[in-house]
Amino acid sequence: MISVRDLNKSYGGTHVLHDLSFDIKPGLMTGFVGGNGAGKTTTMRILLGVLSHDSGEILVHGSPITAAYRAGIGYMPEERGLYPKMPVIDQLVYLARLHGSSAKAAKARATDLLERLDLNHRAKDKLEELSLGNQQRAQVAAALVHEPNALVLDEPFSGLDPHAVDTTLQVLRETADTGVPVLFSSHQLDVVERLCDELVILADGRVVANGTRQELIEQHAETEWELIAGTDTGWVRSMSGVDVTSFDGGHVRFRAADAEAANAVLREASARGTVTRFGTVRHSLHEIFTEVTR
Amino acid sequence: MNASTQNQILTHDDRPAAGGTGTSGAGTQAGRTPFWTAVGLVAGREMKVKMMSKAFVVTTAIMLGLLLLAVLLAPRLGDLFGGGDGDKVAVTAETSQAVGALGDAYDPQTVDSPDAAKEAVRAGDVEAAVIPDDAGPAGIAVIGLDSAPTGLVEALSVSPSVELLDPNAPNPGLQYLIAFGFGIVFFMIAITYGQQIAVSVIEEKQSRVVEILLAAIPAKAMMAGKVIGNSAMALFQVALIAGVLLLGMQVNEAVLPLDGLGAPILWFVLLFAIGFVMIASLYAAAASLVSRQEDIGSTSMPVMMLIMLPYFAVIFFNDNPEALRIMALVPFSAPVATPLRVFLDQGAMWEHLLSLGILIASTALAIWFAAKIYERSILRTGKALKWSEALRAKKD
Repeated sequence: MISVRDLNKSYGGTHVLHDLSFDIKPGLMTGFVGGNGAGKTTTMRILLGVLSHDSGEILVHGSPITAAYRAGIGYMPEERGLYPKMPVIDQLVYLARLHGSSAKAAKARATDLLERLDLNHRAKDKLEELSLGNQQRAQVAAALVHEPNALVLDEPFSGLDPHAVDTTLQVLRETADTGVPVLFSSHQLDVVERLCDELVILADGRVVANGTRQELIEQHAETEWELIAGTDTGWVRSMSGVDVTSFDGGHVRFRAADAEAANAVLREASARGTVTRFGTVRHSLHEIFTEVTR
Repeated sequence: MNASTQNQILTHDDRPAAGGTGTSGAGTQAGRTPFWTAVGLVAGREMKVKMMSKAFVVTTAIMLGLLLLAVLLAPRLGDLFGGGDGDKVAVTAETSQAVGALGDAYDPQTVDSPDAAKEAVRAGDVEAAVIPDDAGPAGIAVIGLDSAPTGLVEALSVSPSVELLDPNAPNPGLQYLIAFGFGIVFFMIAITYGQQIAVSVIEEKQSRVVEILLAAIPAKAMMAGKVIGNSAMALFQVALIAGVLLLGMQVNEAVLPLDGLGAPILWFVLLFAIGFVMIASLYAAAASLVSRQEDIGSTSMPVMMLIMLPYFAVIFFNDNPEALRIMALVPFSAPVATPLRVFLDQGAMWEHLLSLGILIASTALAIWFAAKIYERSILRTGKALKWSEALRAKKD
């Protein structure tokens, strides 16, 4: 587990990170969400050690992170970049070797990764000859090629088509399943919602929400119920313990004091006619994000 | 690590290199690549990229081809322009023996009279004519059409004998040639390879791959690898040039005009190898300041000046022992000035060793300085930094 504790960072007088604390748990995919300039990239660069921090600490299993551990992290920077004129397979082998792999292991690992990312047919092509989506896959491969002890990926899914998102996701998931902590940032909330086990939401350099998606829902949004019936549902307003939040003919959403109050609504609706849908509303991450970063 | 640690600088060199705690499951490679392994990998990539580059292979092949051709043909150029049979010269019966004695260079064409000889010159049938001249001291006169046929006149003249008292004294022409030769080799290779190092540094910065590399290895290892890889390629190319020159001479059965040049060449190779590393480091630093290839001119100008000024100074002052003594102590001109002084037999051995010592010390200083600049500016993208800005900046 990687723990960030009370991290602070200023750039030329601007305080960009304020007492940042969160955990990246092994085997889980932690989504790092926040608006532009919230501090995601800065935090990631500090994690990797390419940027210094002013105060605070980064712990691995409780002790300060070492250079050796850092060198083992698989990193995908915000600014994409590999050698444009070098064949894909050659760059992967080169990067793996810089991280300490033997030539043979590097080659085997690179070949395997390209296969899993569905890029093996372009292995010998120069990077600049690949489409942007394929360059992105090569970039993912570059982060994974040295069998990293942790993954830090800045916007790994931007620029990928849905199929490529799935391929990449599968590879990342397989990596996480081996017990590696994975942190990735994204501003595509729907993607994050689908992918991550844990969430860290940043706003203005502060952690404003942190936990599993379910925890966040419980913390930040009251449960809402939804009823869709064949007839007009205006009568719901008169039910006790119920507070209607939106209403449109046969479609009503409401907050209920407890599950019993909500079920009373369902019984009443059944008595009045057909019910096509009844249940709690799944809050989207978008709603939570809007609320916590407001 | 204390929470109040201010301005923590996290370049890799400052981090503890002790065994890792990479125990989080799949991390199989605990630890970080040893410094010199990383340097070797970077240098290896630099060399491989260069070797595989078509531009490098083609230009090197063309250059070596032209060089070989030049070496092979140079002694034969005279034959090409001199013409096989020699110049035709009109002679009369009286002068034919004098011209005939000059050998194959001239082809006597006997005519009946001096007038016929003049007519032949006028008609362009012959280059010149030699006719009897009772009035002149030599007894013959040379006729040309519009200018004096100097070669023929000299050939027919009688020269006094010459005795050289110090035949081994340095020939001023050769002295100039050597100053120029060492200078041009140093200058060309320093500039060419310096620029190539700059291009390769900026390429990594421009393509942003540098951030991934820095996450794996220290900035110093990156810079050292680039400098070493490109220096090796420069020496390789110089060796190729030398090899082709020797091959051409072998074919021509010519002897290398090495009279007294062995020691200066050894000094040159030694000082060049060290001086080149110094210049390569400075070029790497200059390149780390900019983010786009177009901007390299602004930051590499001071380095270029450091190479050019001493180079021209050596060429201009090669006959001024006092100027040479000073230039031998200036690290940027030492690789050219010291070998020249050795050739000219100026200065004692300790002076040359002092020059070598100063060069080594300045190279070490330049590497240290360049590494500082490089570390502080390699991750800064955007507008080109000034040297002074990079020095003031803290690493972050």
